[in-house]
Order: sequence, then C-alpha cells, then structure tokens
Amino acid sequence: MQLTRRDLGAIAAGAAVMAALPRLALASESNGFEQAIMDFTGGVEPAEGDVTLGTPEIAENGNTVPIEVSAPGAAAIMVLSTGNPNPGIVTFEFSELSGERTGSTRIRLAKTQDLIAVAKMEDGSFTMAKRQVKVTIGGCGG
Amino acid sequence: MISRRDFLQASVAASAIFGAGSLPRLARAQAMTQDSLTAFETMGNVTLAHITDIHAQLKPVYFREPSVNLGVGAQAGLPPHVTGADFLSLYGIEPGTPKAYALTSEGFAALASEYGRMGGLDRVATVLKAIRADRPDTILLDGGDTWQGSYTALKTNGQDVVDVMNALEPDAMTSHWEFTLGMDRVQEIVDNLPFAFLGANIFDAEWDEPAFEAVEYFDRGGVKVAVIGQAFPYLPIANPGWMFPNLSFGIREDRVQEVVDEARAEGAALVVLLSHNGFDVDRKMAGRVKGIDVILAGHTHDALPEPVIVGKTLVIASGSNGKFLSRLDLDVDESGVKGYRHKLIPIFADAIAPDPDVTALIGQVRAPYEAEMAEVLARTESLLYRRGNFNGTFDDLICQALLDEREAEIALSPGFRWGPSLPAGQDITREDLFNATSMSYPAAYRTMMTGAFLHEVLEDVADNLFNPDPYYQQGGDMVRVGGMGYRIDVSKPIGSRITDMTLLDTGEAIDPAREYAVAGWASVNEGTEGPAIWDVCEAYLKRTGTVDLAPNTSVQVTGA
Repeated sequence: MQLTRRDLGAIAAGAAVMAALPRLALASESNGFEQAIMDFTGGVEPAEGDVTLGTPEIAENGNTVPIEVSAPGAAAIMVLSTGNPNPGIVTFEFSELSGERTGSTRIRLAKTQDLIAVAKMEDGSFTMAKRQVKVTIGGCGG
Repeated sequence: MISRRDFLQASVAASAIFGAGSLPRLARAQAMTQDSLTAFETMGNVTLAHITDIHAQLKPVYFREPSVNLGVGAQAGLPPHVTGADFLSLYGIEPGTPKAYALTSEGFAALASEYGRMGGLDRVATVLKAIRADRPDTILLDGGDTWQGSYTALKTNGQDVVDVMNALEPDAMTSHWEFTLGMDRVQEIVDNLPFAFLGANIFDAEWDEPAFEAVEYFDRGGVKVAVIGQAFPYLPIANPGWMFPNLSFGIREDRVQEVVDEARAEGAALVVLLSHNGFDVDRKMAGRVKGIDVILAGHTHDALPEPVIVGKTLVIASGSNGKFLSRLDLDVDESGVKGYRHKLIPIFADAIAPDPDVTALIGQVRAPYEAEMAEVLARTESLLYRRGNFNGTFDDLICQALLDEREAEIALSPGFRWGPSLPAGQDITREDLFNATSMSYPAAYRTMMTGAFLHEVLEDVADNLFNPDPYYQQGGDMVRVGGMGYRIDVSKPIGSRITDMTLLDTGEAIDPAREYAVAGWASVNEGTEGPAIWDVCEAYLKRTGTVDLAPNTSVQVTGA
C-alpha cells in the first residue's frame, strides 16, 4: 500500500504528529502573486508600511484560518496567498462612509506560506504587509 | 540582547536558595532544614506564590533536569538554554550541593541517593503555610498542567489533583493538559472550582469570542493587582483538538495587550501574566506587550534561581512536578513596582515536614488504587528520565517496548517533558510507568510510513522546537525515535535540518521511497487504534524483567 499524505490524514492509525495537512514550505514555483500585486497597483512596487495583517502564527486548522486586515485611510485592501494554487483571496473595498477600514474573514491555506496584504490608500499610494502562517503536522507540547 | 554580565548584574534581588559558604557537602545536607529552605525576609506589600506544571504529582518524586536544552537564534546561550556545568557556573553554584542537585543534571545519579526526592503537595502546603504566616493574603497562582500525569489522575479524571489543590487554596490558574480531559469534564471541574480559571487567549472557535475569564483582580497591600491568564497557545495543534472542538487558542499578542490595557484602566497597580506560553514565548512577549510587571512562566518546565528581566518585566520560571515553589515579594504603590525579592524554594521532601491534613487527603484519594499502583513490573539498572531535547532513557525504554511488542522497524515517542525520573537499582512499579505515560489518548498505533514522510515528520517537529522565532515554537522536545538514527543541524531552516536518517538494525540509509513499519503513541487523530501504551510497556517490562539501557548515540547534533 502506498500511503499518500491524504491517506495519512484520514486513516485511524495516524501518527502523533499528523494533525493537519503535513505540508512544508519547501521551495516551489510562484503561484503568480507577484503579478497579482502589479495588477492591483498598476505596476508600482508597494513599500512595507501602514497596513496591519492579523493571522495566527500557526494555523489550528489549515481549512479555516481567521485573518484580519486594517489600514486607516485605505480605499481598498487586497489579501494574497503565496502558497495556494491561486494567489487571490479577498479584496475589501471601502468608501468615505466606512467608519473603520478593517476587514476579517476565514481562509483556506494549502501549506505553510506568507500571506500578503496590499492597501490602496485614498491618496493613490500603496502599502503592504507580509506575515507567515505555518500549517503544521502538529507536535507534542510539553 | 542581554549579556551574561548584564544578566548577573540584573539579578539584584535576594534569590539565593541556600545559605552560601564553603561548607562540606555533608554539613550542607545537614544544614538543609525546613527553616533554611523557607527563610525569607518579607518585603513590600504584595506576595505572589507560583507553582506550575505539577502534572498530578501529589507525592515526592525524583526529577532529573535536562542535560541538553538548546536555544536557537536570539535565545542561544540564554537561560533556560544553559545546562549542566554551564548552569552551575552562570549562577555561581557549587557542584554536588543541594542546589546543584535540584537545578541541573550534574551528578544527578549520585546525588539522588544523598538528597532524595523532591516535591509532594503536602510539603508544598507546609511551605505555603510559612509564606502565609509572613503574608496572610499571599496570592497563590497555578500555571496549569495540573490535572494530568499520574495513575490516579487518569482514573479519577483529574479529581484527585483538583481535591488536593483546592486544599492549598489557589487564587487562580491557567491551563494546557487540563483540556485533554475533554471539554465537558473541564467545564464540570471549572463550574465547581473555588477560584478563577483564566485564559485571555481561549476563544470560542465559531464566534471568535472569549470563552473563559481573562483576568481576576485582587486588592492586596493597598493596591489593585490584576492577574491575567494565558493558556498554552497551541493546544489544538499539539494535543487532540477534537477533544475541545469549539475552542481556539493562539498566542494572540494583541489580545494580551488589550487585556493589560484594560487592567491598567481599571486601576491595577501590578499586572501579572500567569502564563503557559513557554519560556521563550514569554521572553518575547515581555519585550513586545507593554505594561506587564511580572510573567509567571510555565509549560517548558524550566527552573531558574533568579528572574530573567526584560525591560521592566520580571520573568519567573518555577520548574515542574512540584519540585519548586516561587515566592515573589513586591513593593508596589499607585505609580508601580518599587522593588522586589525573589526565591525559588526547592521542595526537598526529606527536609520539609509534610502538612498532616494534606498528607491525609493525598492518602485518601490514592487509597482505592494503592494496590494496583504498587505492583512491581520490572527492575531498572539504568537511571530512567525523560528530559532532554533529543532523547531520554525513559523514552528509550518506551521506544524499545514499541519496537519489540508491536514488531516495528521504527518507533516514535512524543517529546513530552512531563514524567519524573527513576534512579538505577530500583523497582519499576505500575505507578512509575503511568507517571511517564498517563494521558487520555494512549493508543499505540502501528502503520506504514515512507522514508520521505518520516523525514517530513522529523522536520516538522524540529521546526516546532528550533524555529528561531519563539512565537512559532510549541514547547515540547524532539519526537523520540527508536530503531532509526539521524543527524540534525538545529541552525538550519525547516526542510534542511534532518539528514543521514539510518535504519540502526542494518546501518542502511533510509530510502525515501520505501515503506517502514512504524509504531508510536499519542496520536492527536480521532479514532486512532491500538493497545494503550502502558499495556505495551507493561507486557515488555514483565517479559524482560530487567531494564539495562545502552547509551543512546543515535542522534548527532550540530549547529548549536
């Protein structure tokens, strides 16, 4: 029997260390997130700055990871995956009537990866934040 | 970065465990009295007592501290990542002294017969009485990992420890292994607990709302004291999340800051974080969350004779298994902490008189199980212990039992840090075995794994231990491996730490494509099948009769 990762996640006799999708952040080809940033900014390279990206450090369940973004003065905030098959996750759009420039949702992550939030500010400038979320097999806490 | 010199200079408070001097060892052992162990010049207006990671050890135990406890990145070489002779010289402790025995692995085997067992909640009760005689309104705080880890805790679903701890009258606790009793049982205990069960970082998974109280306030010495609880952040990852499916944890640094700010707004002059983060996480948090005066650290089982100071925050590490109780006196007024005095009190079981009421209570909760616990399974000619980043002899024994009884090529045993030690030349009783294995998901599975998958498992666990960012560390040790050796470079990133995996039986390199028969226990997956690990070990022990372990050289470590 050839065990795949999927089998191992499902079978009863799994090891102590197989809680979640056992995929590691090994070097892999880009999913096109760089191009998605360029499309959003019109070719401008955003500097890291005044956008907050809130995520757990390690996902409890890669299938439903809570995230929150906020950027005072943002007209829109786009969230991108660098490790899912496709980069697009969500874009929050705000208006002058938006009390807070904050959005939150739950997302699915295929493996350990960086998430990127790019904010388009009302003055037309762009700013971004990056944060790693680990999707781990699960270890053995002391 | 704190240099060693700064570190020593920073520890200005009176933290000595024993009277110093150059008395010969025997004289020291004799000088080790209850009065000298509890001696403390009361100061200020608030006293905190901290005990943590008892792991249901009601009675005195032997507990060998680790000889290998590596730190990486900014933590390299800093306490608690200092062991053995380095620890002794860092803190100016003479080898062979009670203090050396209590705090390090140096000379443990020989000193164990001289200084005996440590801990026992009846002895802890005596020390607490002495502290409360000095300061009647002492705040007693339990850092969690209290309700799991022994035969009686397993059989009573933690009720034995709950009853005995209640007799010590804690003021608040936080949690980790508690949740492996299952959500319903935790709720049942918490509903009847005469003190606060705190966890600022425990949330309802569905609604993303706080699920337990975050903070408890105490009026002491004319000031308001806020105690904030922080449960183990990675419970659903390191332990079976299906046992508490509606809860979410996480480090939630922003949430901690929010609760600290709230406490300050409520007028708290002293803010204490009762934490089960693990020491490195606490050190990082102390540097990032503003306004915490004291972090009472737990989870990683470190015992440090002096506070580690980060900015204005004292980080206190109080050991495990009932071996120590920390006393921290503080001088606090409305404008903050003016001074402190700290002592890590070692609970030497032969020197401290047990409190008779608590002794009787412990006897009562154990009575129904004494006969089955006392049964001798085998004898050990080797010192059995668990602590160490890569292996411990108790896990060598468990791995050997898994290999033999489950007819496997490779065995995996989780890197738990709980479980007392057993000196060589002693009987192994059923109680001793359960002290190293007792928990609620004990099934010993047997499965096939490819070499590539085994590599992935080791890499994943290694990153939980050696990620240079403490917020990504989970606080256990490396998974123990039987039947297979490997090399690890702890300085490398995930994916490239583990090399040279070798099947010890044949000396052949592990083939990524081949499947190997692997036995292990403590799977976090629901529905795992197999006999309980203690049954596997009991069968092995009864069959072999004597445990005599060869030194384990199967893991080669570099990069430290």
